[in-house]
Amino acid sequence: MSAICLDISDLSAVLPNGQRVLRSVSLAVQPGEVRALVGESGAGKTMIGKAVLGVLPSSVRVVAGDIRLEGEDLGKLPPKARRTLIGARTALIPQDPLTALNPSRRIGSQMTDRLVRILGWNGQKADTRIRQLLDEVQIRDPERVLKSYPHELSGGMRQRVLIAAAFAAEPRLIVADEPTTALDVTVQKQILRLIVQLQREHGTAILFVTHDLGVVAKISQKVSVLYAGKVVEEADTAALFAAPQHPYTRALMAATPRYTDPFASLKPVDEAVLAGLASEIAAADQAWKRPHG
Amino acid sequence: MDEGRTPRRGISPRLWLAGGWLMLALLAAIFAPLVAPQDPLAQDLMLERLPPFWMNGAEPGYWLGTDSLGRDLLSRLIFGGRIAFIVAFAAAIAACMVGSTLGLVAGYFGGWADRIISRIVDVWMAFPPVLFAILLVAVLGTGLSSVILAIAIIDWTRFCRVIRAETMGQSRMDYVENARIAGYGRIGIMLREVLPNVVPSIVALLSLEMGIAVIVEAILSFVNLSISTDDPTWGGIIAEGRLSIHQAWWVLVFPLITLILTVLSFSQFGEALKTRFDPVLR
Repeated sequence: MSAICLDISDLSAVLPNGQRVLRSVSLAVQPGEVRALVGESGAGKTMIGKAVLGVLPSSVRVVAGDIRLEGEDLGKLPPKARRTLIGARTALIPQDPLTALNPSRRIGSQMTDRLVRILGWNGQKADTRIRQLLDEVQIRDPERVLKSYPHELSGGMRQRVLIAAAFAAEPRLIVADEPTTALDVTVQKQILRLIVQLQREHGTAILFVTHDLGVVAKISQKVSVLYAGKVVEEADTAALFAAPQHPYTRALMAATPRYTDPFASLKPVDEAVLAGLASEIAAADQAWKRPHG
Repeated sequence: MDEGRTPRRGISPRLWLAGGWLMLALLAAIFAPLVAPQDPLAQDLMLERLPPFWMNGAEPGYWLGTDSLGRDLLSRLIFGGRIAFIVAFAAAIAACMVGSTLGLVAGYFGGWADRIISRIVDVWMAFPPVLFAILLVAVLGTGLSSVILAIAIIDWTRFCRVIRAETMGQSRMDYVENARIAGYGRIGIMLREVLPNVVPSIVALLSLEMGIAVIVEAILSFVNLSISTDDPTWGGIIAEGRLSIHQAWWVLVFPLITLILTVLSFSQFGEALKTRFDPVLR
């Protein structure tokens, strides 16, 4: 048993047309660590999260590399054992709280169901646990919330419920897939603060997918910067912000709008940087030998 | 998004009217021997073609008049309702069971299951339904059960297509993915997570299908392919009324009104039920 919570090595995935969407991705998350995955849309951040959780779209095929969850190689487990392991040790805080709860079931039954059915807890214990977590995410009237249908709650409330549900089963790893993008700005801050607070209290490792460098700086210890499914830079958060090594990382930082100068025009990523990236990726693809099968 | 419960709407007038008519027709059909003023089969040539009660020459006890054999029209409509409702419920439920199950499987599992089921539906729908029904009854023989079977065999595709599309939409929602991450089995997710969300559509379709079954049964008895010529059916009465339209228009008009009201009520009832069943619209 290694101490590493999540260990992805050389993970490559392709679309049916042979195009690589993940290019030999390697990253390791230590227990209790927050690892941010940054990149623009389509960089493969979400894809990595889905691969870890075993819910890649059926068109995407993993062709090389492996994912180890607390030392267990997910690719080598039979499907049923893999599902059980993922279900017990991981959880997702989704991007869109509006569609992530079943609209026709009450919040309470949705939350306890998982503890009872998957982890085999008794109803009483599950109920106590859920209430405790609703308290931790600062929901003041758990009675009403548990009896509500999802559409009766606001977006922020739903995201709190989902955070509580994610932490309820004490997973070792939570994948947070842009958990604040669908919320409005004032709520975003509270939700981020909650995630960080619960993460510290429970000692859960988080793979935090985001495109927001400001969020990265606030919550993560380590960062992987992705471009076109390739990790272009990986560093401690503090080090990355102090001295970004890769030109793309520097360009991304330059492109972030600043509050100090709200009227400055937005800078797109420099052409030269993109050209450099393109050749870097072409070289990587050249060097990569597609495994047979 | 609104915080808290939206006040629940009362029963809409639409639901009242549609439900009221259906309830009235259903009760009359169930208690037909008690409710019907006359024997629906009793012929009396002395009483032929009596007009409805508000016209000159009407006889008390024959509210909607009589047909060319002197049989009481109201009693025949009430007894005809029995067959109409039996066919409506049995055929619609049978079509619903088959169609919804296949639609759910096709929509949720996709891939080969979906391809096979969808092709069968396409082929099925290439046949004009009424011709298909007449053909089936000709093959199966006339009688109540073959009419029910024929309607179910033809109309399961209606459920299958709609439920497949609904299921596909629901299956793409994040809550289904969440359930997969949590470790639920696929069939468990289909039944526990997806099915409750397509139930409103199933209910609406079921009610709509009952209306359609009533029409198809009427068409079949209109062309003399339904139950037997003795038992009164709405379609049969319409067929007879057509022959004597110049002498006794009421024999044609009243069964038509009954049929239209019933079919309309079924579809309106279905729509109203859908809104009530849906937790988001409710």
